[in-house]
Amino acid sequence: MTSETLRSPLHDEHVALGATLVDFAGWEMPVRYSGDIAEHRAVRAGAGLFDLSHMGEILVRGAEADAFLDDALVGRMSAIPLGGAKYTMLCAADGGVIDDLIVYRRDLDHFMIVANAANKDVVLAELDERLEGFDAELDDISADIALIAVQGPLAEGIVSRMTERGADDIVAMRYYSFGTVVLEGGIHAFVARTGYTGEDGFELFVGADEAAAVWRLALSEGAADGIIPCGLSSRDTLRLEAGMPLYGHELTRDTTPFDAGLGRVVVFGTEKSPRGDFVGRAALEAARDARKAARAEPSAASARTLVGLVGDGRRAARAGYAVVDEAGAQVGEVTSGAPSPTMGRPIAMAYVPLALAADGTEVLIDVRGRRESMTVTALPFYKRGA
Amino acid sequence: MANVPDELQYSEEHEWVSGELTEDSVVTVGITEHAADALGDIVYVELPTVGDTVSAGEVCGELESTKAVSELYSPVSGEVVAVNEELSDSPELIGQDAYGEGWIYKARISEVPKGLLDSEAYSAITE
Repeated sequence: MTSETLRSPLHDEHVALGATLVDFAGWEMPVRYSGDIAEHRAVRAGAGLFDLSHMGEILVRGAEADAFLDDALVGRMSAIPLGGAKYTMLCAADGGVIDDLIVYRRDLDHFMIVANAANKDVVLAELDERLEGFDAELDDISADIALIAVQGPLAEGIVSRMTERGADDIVAMRYYSFGTVVLEGGIHAFVARTGYTGEDGFELFVGADEAAAVWRLALSEGAADGIIPCGLSSRDTLRLEAGMPLYGHELTRDTTPFDAGLGRVVVFGTEKSPRGDFVGRAALEAARDARKAARAEPSAASARTLVGLVGDGRRAARAGYAVVDEAGAQVGEVTSGAPSPTMGRPIAMAYVPLALAADGTEVLIDVRGRRESMTVTALPFYKRGA
Repeated sequence: MANVPDELQYSEEHEWVSGELTEDSVVTVGITEHAADALGDIVYVELPTVGDTVSAGEVCGELESTKAVSELYSPVSGEVVAVNEELSDSPELIGQDAYGEGWIYKARISEVPKGLLDSEAYSAITE
């Protein structure tokens, strides 16, 4: 890890906009510009603009790039169509999550992986180790790439207007797909219809030297739709409402995808569509089977599972707070929590024993020395259009 | 830079105190603009109760924002004689006017507080 603080290519834009900057995973990034709630609401109602240049981008190229990724990751990357994207995970041999990733397929032999900022170097090193024997190569392009996200129900129109030609391509783009477009000013961007807010939205990968121009273009084209720059604080409450896991909170090295309720990202294959070995397979099969057994008899199970919690009071449970039983003994742990700007109530995600995981179960949380009651509820808390 | 009025005294925990710092005088307590900015949008304030005895350096309430929760430490020792009830419905007043409408409570101090900072010394610790 470097001790030097990294800066986004948009740093000067953030300073000019009066952003409050904080250290985040070794980067100096905007936590907010105007206010957390206003930024959160802009994304739910109109559009918000995020600088995500701290995320890591890694290219994987070569004749065996797909076979390599199939072996290295828990999903079947060879099945991603051209122009498609997939949410997946890099797991250790023991099934623990090293990072959650989005993999974009740019060509038959060309993929791009987006990793969490804090994990990028670990992901790169781990992939490099797994590369042996495959005809493929890795290229860390994080420093050359800026990532700008336009998120919200009005994002489609804004990104369409940002293009020089190809607005139709933007409208036609399906969720979790991407393409190359030319933005105003002749800027080539790699645009993906993905995001981390629970809303429709686009992520624009552009050269670092063109980041400021694209950022300003989004603000001007989105002005009539009320777009505002949004910081990491609103990004966190948005993703929490959308029930999306965050590495270091819901996902850790000690968590399997099954614990997090994300077992579907692990593809073991079927008789009709067999899948070969991959790193972590044996441990993840065991985790899946143990979970199945535990579900059959939850009262005897020690297995933990991720649930959503909604509180009646106003005090929010935060990451690290204990879920306790009537006697005060810890039985689980909150992984993320905040007052929900959309719901007006505290929400949280927590790991609890399976016996406490049914919808409607009342649990107690030790909120700074006082017990608060919260109710288990299905994730996500917020679903667009619902 | 956040505003740090010259006429106030400050704690290292980012509270301000206004009023005469002599025994039996009533002072007003709030949190600084610097602290309010760091918290973001405050959505809930747990106030002390009138009649409570507060002790300098001890927790007497909490401030909750979407981003974080922060404990409110009393910068003085004494008895709470008033609380800003407006904050129950409008906790955002702290962010809008930390040194005015966003005051948190008033206390009759039982001893002259030690270790409070003037505006210059407080500014220095927030830089």
